[in-house]
Amino acid sequence: MARYLLKRIGYILVSLLFIITITFGLMKLAPGGPFTSERKTSPAIERQMQEAYGLNDPIHEQYFNYLISAAKFDFGPSFKYEGQEVTDIIKRSFPYSLLLGLEAIFIALAFGVLFGTIAAIRHNKASDYTVMVIAILGISVPSFVMATILQFIFSMKLSLLPIARFESFAHTILPAFALATTPLAFIARLMRSSMLEVLNADYIKTAKSKGLSERVVIYKHGLRNAILPVVSYLGPLVAGILTGSFIIEKIFGIPGLGREFVESVTNRDYTVIMGTTVFFSVLLLISILVVDLIYGWIDPRIKLANKGANS
Amino acid sequence: MTRLQLEKADFEPLGIDNEESEKIVGESTSYWKDAWRRFRENKLAVFGVITILLLAIMALIGEPISGKSYNDTNIMNVNKTPSAEHWFGTDNLGRDIFARTWYGARISLFIGLMASLIDLVIGVIWGAISGFFGGKIDEYMMRIADILYGVPYLLVVILLMVVMPPGLWTMIIAMSITGWISMARIVRGQVLQLKSEEYVMASKSLGASNSRLLFRHLIPNTLGPILVTLTLTIPTAIFTEAFLSYLGLGVPAPRASWGTMSSDALSGFEYFPYQLFFPAFFICLTILAFNVIGDGLRDALDPKEGK
Repeated sequence: MARYLLKRIGYILVSLLFIITITFGLMKLAPGGPFTSERKTSPAIERQMQEAYGLNDPIHEQYFNYLISAAKFDFGPSFKYEGQEVTDIIKRSFPYSLLLGLEAIFIALAFGVLFGTIAAIRHNKASDYTVMVIAILGISVPSFVMATILQFIFSMKLSLLPIARFESFAHTILPAFALATTPLAFIARLMRSSMLEVLNADYIKTAKSKGLSERVVIYKHGLRNAILPVVSYLGPLVAGILTGSFIIEKIFGIPGLGREFVESVTNRDYTVIMGTTVFFSVLLLISILVVDLIYGWIDPRIKLANKGANS
Repeated sequence: MTRLQLEKADFEPLGIDNEESEKIVGESTSYWKDAWRRFRENKLAVFGVITILLLAIMALIGEPISGKSYNDTNIMNVNKTPSAEHWFGTDNLGRDIFARTWYGARISLFIGLMASLIDLVIGVIWGAISGFFGGKIDEYMMRIADILYGVPYLLVVILLMVVMPPGLWTMIIAMSITGWISMARIVRGQVLQLKSEEYVMASKSLGASNSRLLFRHLIPNTLGPILVTLTLTIPTAIFTEAFLSYLGLGVPAPRASWGTMSSDALSGFEYFPYQLFFPAFFICLTILAFNVIGDGLRDALDPKEGK
């Protein structure tokens, strides 16, 4: 187990090194420096600014400096907003995104599993078809369309919920649902097909013939086994929620990290782009590792040490 | 009561015509014929195919039959609701939304198809080689794929879009850089499973070369999963295009795609909801159609995983 963990952490570090190298290279290649703006600065000032930000050092020195400071989680100052450290921006905006993301993950899991189970139990009946229609629509409607529809119905027409910003719990409902739509639909489909498979398994027949009630059979024996594919979907789910936040936070005016990232892209604020990219990647790689560990813990059939060898 | 007339001849054996009994009456069905029959029975999937065909036709002829150009602005005709003159209305620059929608269909469908085709080519070759040769080659190739897989897809695409000059092909290339990995994994898994089958061994012992084994035997037999993955990557690509355009990283003006149109319509959404409705509706419809085709194909090609 310890060896497996070490190996996985090793791969995470390699992936991170790769990501940092690529983003660093891309930012160096990018046309237009951070100080290009409509207002002409005098060459002397520009030279001084480049000196101050270490942009005149040889490229490999810049690279190693960046690696060392990235390891310390120090991504340098923002180019666009004077006097702001990238780390501060992340610290300030990430809590919003975390809260929203967790809420969306919770919604997606709770409703996805519920709908999928209902569909499987009522296989080929009206409620099954209803769930499946909702699920396929949910997969087909992009999150920004969903967000706009929700805003239109619940804020503009019904005036039930606030249309934007992030101040109270009521403010989080619409963005969390918009963010959760696609994964929710996906989980419902996943859950349905795996539940159908499980309900045909021999041990379910055994449980039924022992005379256990329908409820115990489905929730104790069925659900436990059927939920495994959903657990393995958690990694992509985190990634989806993370990238989904780029758009949702923009639409709902939430000062989260996703919006910060999009803004830094538009502003070509290189240090912020690189810092948030590295941060997102760390977050994602760690959550994938955690999901794999949980998976091995829930499903004793999977030996983590072996899985590492052939995955 | 009449008596039944029985004669001796009635009890003679008729004899069995061997030719006759061995005759195959029905047409023999192949795997693909069978799959096609199952696919046709799936009403949703057929609906999906028809929808995509209609959308493709409209993408080709939609702009011409409207009699307007996607790019003609008319300051006197701004933000008009749908009418006989402008079937889908006009946008904030007086451009005809009907013409723009079908011009945008071309761009969106083109990006979706091209990105998926590139994914297909790279993914199939990568996965097939990795699975076929196995051992160290497999390990290294899959390790590279794993590392790329660890990077969020949209993050890479956005970063690349920042660096490269904006344009149609930039978007397609950016999407293809990490898009091929799931295809490669699926093909690898299939090839790993198939390469120990008897027919591959038979072909090998007859002296078939590696490339013959790969291209004549292994890849054609993984066509089913490849096809399913392909129909499911097209909507992802279309979705990504819309996503990027929405963030302002899409195809630059004056070109229009459904994504850029939705993005443009958002600012006036409160007053002119129809401007968002048309492009958003067609994005949803296209993704929906491809999704039901993909589901239908999966059910049709894999009878084991039936309902």
